[in-house]
Amino acid sequence: MTRRIFIATLVAAMLLLPVVIRNDYYVNLATQILIAALLAQSLNVLLGQGGMVSLGHAAYLGIAGYGCVLLTLSSFNQLTSAVGAVLLGTTAAALFGVLALRASGLGFLMITLALGQIVWGVAYRWNDLTGGDNGIRYPARPSPFGIDLAGAGRFYYFTLVIWALATYAIFRLSRSAFGASLRGTRDQPRRMRMLGHNVWLIRWFAFVLSGFWASIASLLDVYYNLFISPHALSLQQSAEMLLMAILGGANTLAGPVVGAALITLVKNVVSTYVDRWNSLLGVLFVGVVVFMPHGLVPGATALMERLRRSAVRAKFLSGADAAGATK
Amino acid sequence: MQFWIIQTLNSVALGGLLFLLSSGFSLIFGLMRIPNLAHGAFFMLGAYLAATLLSQQVNFWVAALGSGLGVGVLGVAMERLVLRRLAGNEQGQVLVTLGVSFIIADMCLLVWSGDPIPVPAPAALRRPLLLFGFAFPPYRLVVLGVALAVAFTLYLVMERTRLGAMIRAGVDDMEMARGVGIPVTRLFTIVFLLGAALAGAGGCLGGPILNAYPGLDADMLPLALIVVILGGAGSLLGALLGSFIVGFIYNFGIALVPDLAYFVLFLPMVLVLVFMPNGLFGRMPQ
Repeated sequence: MTRRIFIATLVAAMLLLPVVIRNDYYVNLATQILIAALLAQSLNVLLGQGGMVSLGHAAYLGIAGYGCVLLTLSSFNQLTSAVGAVLLGTTAAALFGVLALRASGLGFLMITLALGQIVWGVAYRWNDLTGGDNGIRYPARPSPFGIDLAGAGRFYYFTLVIWALATYAIFRLSRSAFGASLRGTRDQPRRMRMLGHNVWLIRWFAFVLSGFWASIASLLDVYYNLFISPHALSLQQSAEMLLMAILGGANTLAGPVVGAALITLVKNVVSTYVDRWNSLLGVLFVGVVVFMPHGLVPGATALMERLRRSAVRAKFLSGADAAGATK
Repeated sequence: MQFWIIQTLNSVALGGLLFLLSSGFSLIFGLMRIPNLAHGAFFMLGAYLAATLLSQQVNFWVAALGSGLGVGVLGVAMERLVLRRLAGNEQGQVLVTLGVSFIIADMCLLVWSGDPIPVPAPAALRRPLLLFGFAFPPYRLVVLGVALAVAFTLYLVMERTRLGAMIRAGVDDMEMARGVGIPVTRLFTIVFLLGAALAGAGGCLGGPILNAYPGLDADMLPLALIVVILGGAGSLLGALLGSFIVGFIYNFGIALVPDLAYFVLFLPMVLVLVFMPNGLFGRMPQ
């Protein structure tokens, strides 16, 4: 019951945010959080449910992002560019998945990292195509159904709709038979193989799906910034996404969202004062892994559970005391 | 002709540098089962330390030893203070090394600013060597020589000494090695010292060729990863061969198709992963 009230309040807050807060800076911050959350959620399909740590997730941000910008600039319309970019990102994921899943565990991590860095290197060096370090500007946000998305509030709602659809799809996926078998391959790959499941195919499909959602998020990112540069593909970006998922709690669905909100807020607050975000990112990484390996959401849930239990026990004990007193 | 000679020399010199970087990486990975993602940052820190030492008129080879030692001590500190707390949690250990690499890179930026800092080669090796009418840059040959000497020494240590035998035992079967009384945890520290020191000294040796600049870590780490993916983790021979393959491909890639130098690296990686997922000389069980 409390859970329902909590969710209803959250939904209302999200819907009313641009109406209540009329400051563009904060509305944009909320948009950034939603985009970061979708990226972390897409990574978490692999990490949380599949148990595969990918350090090359920013590659999709680059492939779909550059894809969208370059297609639009070569005079395709924005819808075609968007579809093309998502196709490009998903195809890249299908290819990278075949390569990365030749190994498992840390080999998988190394291969995804190397792939991600290769994509970064190409974006950085291929001046004629990508403009190198200077990046490329995207002409303007699209106007789906004739609605102009240039304003902060409207773009927030656009992002919110996409994010909600994606979150619902990811939620349904985790509750589906496929989600169950993916978690099966994470926990007991050999048993799953014995039961006749194609472990490789399940993992590969999760990899492709993860790349698909990351490509969608990267479209939003390009629309939001109206700009893309190799910086968007750097190892720091992949690491940030991973940190968001782990900080929030990779084994939960809400974890990546909570992590994304926190990291985006901290990043914005910190970078207004000092220029040392990368150091802080490193410190957070070490701190979270050493002190909070399961993340905030499971930690908070466990704490709530403990409080509730101790409350129940206190009630029981006081009842017992009262009973004892009457004797 | 001059072009090909110079580029070949550049390639073998880069290969030598990559070997200094990736042999340590591979040893650490082989023994501790973790890819040390701070290795690129160790290399960069080595280059910066060398630049500072050389600006104080320290002899080049002393500077190389000094930066190797400095980075080695840092590596040991990381292993003992952080990684050890996470024993058994390999995923956590990897993420911690990544975090440390960000901290090192940002601190380098803070201390040495964003501009590239040149690391001068020893004065005697700066003049081009004229042989058969072609000019050879002698420093690159020296880098190659040092790398080969290090490779030979490492080979002797690994194959002919008690320490090497213990490390090999740990790589092959850690549980069993512990069981027969090999102090595996102490080996972790030794291997980390060695690997980090090699990366640091490699940074100094690489300085005159690459300069010390922010982003050197991000440039070197993927090369080391690809070397290890190609050569196979935990194998010295694999690291040596992989280093020269990557050195050649990357260097000629930069010289011939500068836009796509990174893309060219993709090819050998794909081939090896498809046909020999364990790498050319890998002996890691899947």
